[in-house]
Amino acid sequence: MTTEELVHPYERFLRKGMIPHIWCEGCGNGIILNCFAQALDELNIDLDNVVVVSGIGCIGRVSGYTNTDSFHTTHGRPIAFATGVKLANPELKVAVISGDGDLFAIGGNHFIHAARRNMDLKVICANNFIYGMTGGQYGPTTPLDAWTTTTPYGNIEHTFNLIHLAAACGAVYVARWTALHVRRLTESIKKALQKEGFTFIEVVSQCPEIFGRYNKMETPLKMIQWFKQASQVQHFSDPAKAEITPNKIVVGEFVDIEKPSYGRLLKDMTTRAKQR
Amino acid sequence: MPARTWRKPLDSDKIKPPKGEVHIIANRCKGCGYCIEFCPRDVLDTSEELNERGVHLPKVIDESKCTLCRFCTAICPDFAIFIKEKNCKDGC
Amino acid sequence: MLTATEKSKFVLSGQHFMNGDVACAEGAIAAGCRFFAGYPITPATEIAERMARRMPEVDGIYIQMEDEIASMAAVIGASYAGVKAMTATSGPGFSLMQENIGLAIMTETPCVIVNIMRGGPSTGQPTMPGQQDVMQARWGTHGDYEIIALAPSSVQEMFDLTVEAFNLSETYRVPVFVLADEIVGHMWERVTIPHAESIHVVNRKKPTQLHGEDYAPFQPDRDLVPPMAVFGQGYRFHATGLTHDERGRPRTDSSEAQTRLVQRLCDKIRKNKEKIIQVENVMVEDAEVAVVAYGIAARAGLSAVRKARATGIKAGLIRLITLWPFPDEQIAKVVNHVKAFVVPEMNCGQMVREVERAAKGTPVAFLSKLGEEPHRPSEILDVIGEVLKK
Repeated sequence: MTTEELVHPYERFLRKGMIPHIWCEGCGNGIILNCFAQALDELNIDLDNVVVVSGIGCIGRVSGYTNTDSFHTTHGRPIAFATGVKLANPELKVAVISGDGDLFAIGGNHFIHAARRNMDLKVICANNFIYGMTGGQYGPTTPLDAWTTTTPYGNIEHTFNLIHLAAACGAVYVARWTALHVRRLTESIKKALQKEGFTFIEVVSQCPEIFGRYNKMETPLKMIQWFKQASQVQHFSDPAKAEITPNKIVVGEFVDIEKPSYGRLLKDMTTRAKQR
Repeated sequence: MPARTWRKPLDSDKIKPPKGEVHIIANRCKGCGYCIEFCPRDVLDTSEELNERGVHLPKVIDESKCTLCRFCTAICPDFAIFIKEKNCKDGC
Repeated sequence: MLTATEKSKFVLSGQHFMNGDVACAEGAIAAGCRFFAGYPITPATEIAERMARRMPEVDGIYIQMEDEIASMAAVIGASYAGVKAMTATSGPGFSLMQENIGLAIMTETPCVIVNIMRGGPSTGQPTMPGQQDVMQARWGTHGDYEIIALAPSSVQEMFDLTVEAFNLSETYRVPVFVLADEIVGHMWERVTIPHAESIHVVNRKKPTQLHGEDYAPFQPDRDLVPPMAVFGQGYRFHATGLTHDERGRPRTDSSEAQTRLVQRLCDKIRKNKEKIIQVENVMVEDAEVAVVAYGIAARAGLSAVRKARATGIKAGLIRLITLWPFPDEQIAKVVNHVKAFVVPEMNCGQMVREVERAAKGTPVAFLSKLGEEPHRPSEILDVIGEVLKK
């Protein structure tokens, strides 16, 4: 170990003075940020053209940590905000990194419509099955029977199959990885960044401090071991069968299609309008 | 015995696997243990040493085993560990 | 950058006969608006429809978002990406937009929100006029802040004040509201649209500070307004709805940061009041009774004041063009010679409270009118007569 050159290879992707970040020990959010940085690094993307938009939640802090133009919106609205950004300046690469509650509870409607429109946004969801920032309430991806502070008798709501939803809404690229699958997550992020249209990557992310402790996985290692045991890599399996259960987390790519993006159709339409 | 220990590449005298130098940024580590757990060569273990956060840092038990796979660098949520390629001109 | 000729193609200079909503859309285009995100709602739908047709013609963007919450969010996004942006709605949509209006205030986003006010509360009377959202514009979102709101009284003003709204929003980096009642929004009148070169257009201040890790996107100038960096120019700045410091970094811990930021958000409007406020005074210098009104009620008010003068009553009209910040001084100035104020509003008493506050004891008579018909001049004339008898 040395002390002189302690500059992390991804330091240039991190906003100066903001690291160490606020996330807990073992939090999957940090891994997502790491993979995002690695993807940007490997693609050699000009960071001046990247905008990171996030909503409210622990993962919502991510936009404060990236060394890019970034915006932290109101709860549930990063996709709508990002739509405005992308349309106003189509040259920008706009990534929305937010949480399961932000994107699918309060923000569900915006997700559905941006996917339907095939808005050229790169959406990454940190799905940690809980509302961590506010102390551990349940959300639309909390597993049935799970204990949270607002499901003290066990969760009685069925959980969302985000992959199915994204595919049904028309996203052109849909993938799921856990925070353990760092290499493949990075590859998926790279793919999404280079693909035109609405891309969605669900990252099954550990919240050991809250979800883990409440549900018999008290340490970071125990939660990540769950990912290791339960995940199965199956590319292009049926999105309808991709719901997460305690014994099975199907990971891989589910959708990879081509479809003209909203921006492309808008450009054509504008040309026609001006010719009248 | 695992396969990797008895299969020897034919050009193993000409091509050497890269060697890594482990760097730990102590004040960033939050002690999650992922790097220790998932290093495929068991280069790391938990140390007795505590950082200013009060967590046990990882320690290098055999740096010569590090092959620069960089899994620790990728899995660390806190950008607290990274590997630099060792300059092996003088032998590693 | 467009040439003057190109710019002038987009501005429909000349004489027109159009309705208020359409004039508002044309005013926005003349001011440089190139992004509209909205959701159809009576009686503002015509603004969206006009924008849907005109935005592609001027290389702008029209997008119909899934709801008003998304519309306001997209407006902020477009503005932060460097494009002048607006939305238009009515009461129910205005309520939905409030949280993101707060975000626009907190992130000092230049943008224009048009509310063609209808009868409320709730779904109310979608096709009937109202002036019931004027307090909501000031206090609708949570927290402490100041905003600017303008009240057009004619179709010409729908054009002119929309241009003014954009200019004010760019100058002060604040959301500016155009509050028109449904009558002003839907009526048809003659509009003169000037040549593009003679329309005064203001653009947001650009940063002169160099890029770099220490760049402070919310460092104010002496006028308390920070120059605005936009995305994609290498500033790599962060903006958040959390309380933040001048560098845009969240400061959820510090009372000093909260005080500094929130006080400045208020002060940047309060300390620039004189430059912002517009009022039209008609026959006020020697008035014994002053009618204070805005929007469609001011049209009836003007007629009532003229009729009163014809019978020898010294009546005057103070027409509020700026509703917020409220023109306190303009009211206080006439208190010496005015015996009473008459405030007609199409609500149950909103701006009248501000008049009462500014009038510091001078009697104020309030005349409410709800529903389809605006105030008749005769109704206001009756009240003018009554207050003088007392």
